[in-house]
Amino acid sequence: MSTWHKVCRLEEIPLRGSRVVPHDEVSIAVFRTADDEVFALRDACPHKAGPLSQGIVHGHRVTCPLHGWNIELSSGEACAPDEGSTVTYPARVENGVVLLAL
Amino acid sequence: MQKQKLVVVGNGMAGIRTVEELLKLAPDLYDVTVFGAEPHPNYNRILLSPVLAGEMTLADIVLNDLDWYKDNGITLHTSKKVVKVDRIARKVIAEDSTGATMEAGYDRLLLATGSVPFMLPVPGNDLPGVIAYRDIADTEVMIATALTHKHAVVIGGGLLGLEAANGLKLRGMDVTVVHIGEWIMERQLDKPSADMLQASLESKGLKFLLGKQTEMLTANAEGRVCSIRFKDGAEIPADLVVMAAGIRPNSALAEASGLHCQRGVVVSDTLQTFDPRIYAVGECAAHRGIAYGLVAPLFEQAKVCANHLAQMGISRYQGSVTSTKLKVTGVDVFSAGNFTGGDGTEDIILHDKNGGIYKRLVIENDRLVGAVLYGDTGDGGWYFQLLKEGRDVGSIRDHLMFGDAFTNNHVGDVGHAGNSKAAAMADEAEVCGCNGVCKGTIVKAIREQGLFTLDDVRKHTKASSSCGSCTGLVEQILASTVGGAYQATDRTTKPMCGCTALTHGEVRAEIRGQKLLSLDDVFATLAWHTPDGCATCRPALNYYLISTWPHEAKDDPQSRFINERAHANIQKDGTYSVVPRMWGGLTTPDELRRIANVAEKYHIPTVKVTGGQRIDLLGVKKEDLPAVWKDLDMPSGHAYGKSIRTVKTCVGTEHCRFGTQQSMSMGVALEKMLFGMWSPHKVKLAVSGCPRNCSEAGIKDVGVIGVDSGWELYVAGNGGIKTEVAEFLCKVTTREEVLEYSAAFLQIYREEGWYLERTVHYVQRVGLDYVKQRVVTDADNRKALHQRLLYALQGVVDPWRERLPGEGLPQLAAEFTPLPVPVETI
Repeated sequence: MSTWHKVCRLEEIPLRGSRVVPHDEVSIAVFRTADDEVFALRDACPHKAGPLSQGIVHGHRVTCPLHGWNIELSSGEACAPDEGSTVTYPARVENGVVLLAL
Repeated sequence: MQKQKLVVVGNGMAGIRTVEELLKLAPDLYDVTVFGAEPHPNYNRILLSPVLAGEMTLADIVLNDLDWYKDNGITLHTSKKVVKVDRIARKVIAEDSTGATMEAGYDRLLLATGSVPFMLPVPGNDLPGVIAYRDIADTEVMIATALTHKHAVVIGGGLLGLEAANGLKLRGMDVTVVHIGEWIMERQLDKPSADMLQASLESKGLKFLLGKQTEMLTANAEGRVCSIRFKDGAEIPADLVVMAAGIRPNSALAEASGLHCQRGVVVSDTLQTFDPRIYAVGECAAHRGIAYGLVAPLFEQAKVCANHLAQMGISRYQGSVTSTKLKVTGVDVFSAGNFTGGDGTEDIILHDKNGGIYKRLVIENDRLVGAVLYGDTGDGGWYFQLLKEGRDVGSIRDHLMFGDAFTNNHVGDVGHAGNSKAAAMADEAEVCGCNGVCKGTIVKAIREQGLFTLDDVRKHTKASSSCGSCTGLVEQILASTVGGAYQATDRTTKPMCGCTALTHGEVRAEIRGQKLLSLDDVFATLAWHTPDGCATCRPALNYYLISTWPHEAKDDPQSRFINERAHANIQKDGTYSVVPRMWGGLTTPDELRRIANVAEKYHIPTVKVTGGQRIDLLGVKKEDLPAVWKDLDMPSGHAYGKSIRTVKTCVGTEHCRFGTQQSMSMGVALEKMLFGMWSPHKVKLAVSGCPRNCSEAGIKDVGVIGVDSGWELYVAGNGGIKTEVAEFLCKVTTREEVLEYSAAFLQIYREEGWYLERTVHYVQRVGLDYVKQRVVTDADNRKALHQRLLYALQGVVDPWRERLPGEGLPQLAAEFTPLPVPVETI
């Protein structure tokens, strides 16, 4: 049963950017899109485990810095024609605080 | 809100391509209804020839199967011919083979009715056994007839006629091609190449009757065609007559609806007919007096038309330059532009009759204006590119005939740019060495996914999507697989990315002309399709903004690739590499000691000497970067950026017994002047102190070679993917001049180059003469360029220094600091 965890204040994540949250073996990347929505993904591209947190965020997608795969932030799915997906975690903003369900 | 209704008349390649483009831009804007006269979903008409020849089946050539229509919510009516457009009630009326009618209302109507074959107006042209060659039904008749009859006559020695003749021959018929002209394919070939083609086809058993005019077709006792008689009295047997004497735009429906037609449905640059609710694309449309019969222009039209249907309204179709590349029974033929020449043009011809090679290049005012290639079409794409770009070929004309490989000195198989001859390659042969893609995979993807463009192939197979050195080869494979449907991509006219219809050149001009200062300005003013761009356009736009408006436009770190945000180079495992700057490749014992200490303290696994005369520390964790920089106490080497990288130097007169100039200090002065310079792509310099050129200045973006009487400057060299020798720019005498000329050249490149375009490609695009004129001849302009570069670099700070732990700007520190472990909320 997952519970909500406090991550940081929204403004601590750059607009169209991300921050890395330590978690078990592989960190979690928390993204903030241009419309101030937040998304959390396992920080590993389904292709070759590239750190998605380091990619360019556009719309509700991030482009992996290693080989340019585009990953849908809401689902963790790779955009066609690439195939694969990474784990997502529920995330939301409440009173300016970013919350993550772990 | 209720959706608008879009009705498409014509279920062929032009109409459906427009719908596909529209769905990409505005998937929910319209309820789409498509009417097709044929009983099939959209198929690739160009591939009817391989079907006739038995190389492919009908199932192979379907582009959009019925599920595609269903999945996209498109209503498809097959076997229903639209017979009337009621423009007042805004509805179309369609009829099926039984005469039953149905109606559909529209808000927007798209006519894509294609063309109709021209049937010679001779007695007997309606006899059974007389057909055109246009669709699946014609192809099926031909296949069936070949099983039962012997003599086939094809009227028309154009591309389509020859393909039909070839297919029928392969199906076992005795085939004669009748052609009214003096030589075959006169629209695509000149006489010498056509004669060679004819001889080659004759050796395969086809017969030709040239200069023959058909008088009538006669019937046998059963009423079926049995012979063809000519005006000169000759007569030959014919159980099947295929009319391939040309096509006419099918504008009957538009004409009956009162739309202005003149050799096609007349459309504007927005593909609108004289009724602004009605659009027309493809073979039925006449744009600026031309109805195109090739697929590439029609796809360009589809893109523009979709843009307007999607109510974006920012795209214009301005006509297409077309080329023909085809395969007729294993013979490769290519032609483009004005290949017949004429007044004011010159020909360069290579004619090897026995070897089966003929090449003719037509040149006018040092520009390539036309080309015919027969037998070896490997360089067709390259010539076509030169032709479309109108590039000055004066400096390469003595090599031009020998092709891209010879002119541009490719060697070996890496960076072959297509010269391994795609068609001859085995399916298992590796094409893309970066992503390990072999030819068979590419061909399969092209066939199965219905791909037409280089971008499509890159997306689906990854071939040529990394370093790009195999691009030429992939283009060749594409061309040989889809034939005439392929058109070379061309960065001059290609949009930046999927977010806009504007090209790099247009975007740069708008940013300057409208003084756009931020990404949001660009997105809003230039009507970007996406809210905040993509990973392709954002870095380019950010560069254009800061290079056009230094100190005014705001740099956006989130639009930079991670390396330029972290000021280090990301590695495959997510660690980074650190390259401190060593001015001119010079270092000190003290710096080396610090580097050694850092490597030990931070457990840096690999220390390597780089090609740019520096030291690379590989495997640094991101959070350690600021501390590593602090301990190094050296400036950033910018080894990670689209920026000035290094100035490589030889020892020079400071020590060398052969040196004629002080190359080390010259190099240091250049590097200090250029420190912190962002550019469209990376920039590397080298300075040699004598013509022995130990710093390899001949393959740098700017190469400086000291001679006894001064310095020689070379520009636009490249040692990477495709080695390019730098071009001689000019000779100067003083060190100040070296600085000024180098700065001016780099500034013009910074102002006019497209993002990710190296200096070599920039200079190839605009021509060395232009660069010389602006940088060497025009002294005022040179000084102005120099000053603008110095202004742009005013106040540049070392990016590492801004990010030192505890000292740097706090907002920059977040990049390197992971958040704390999350705390559970109560």
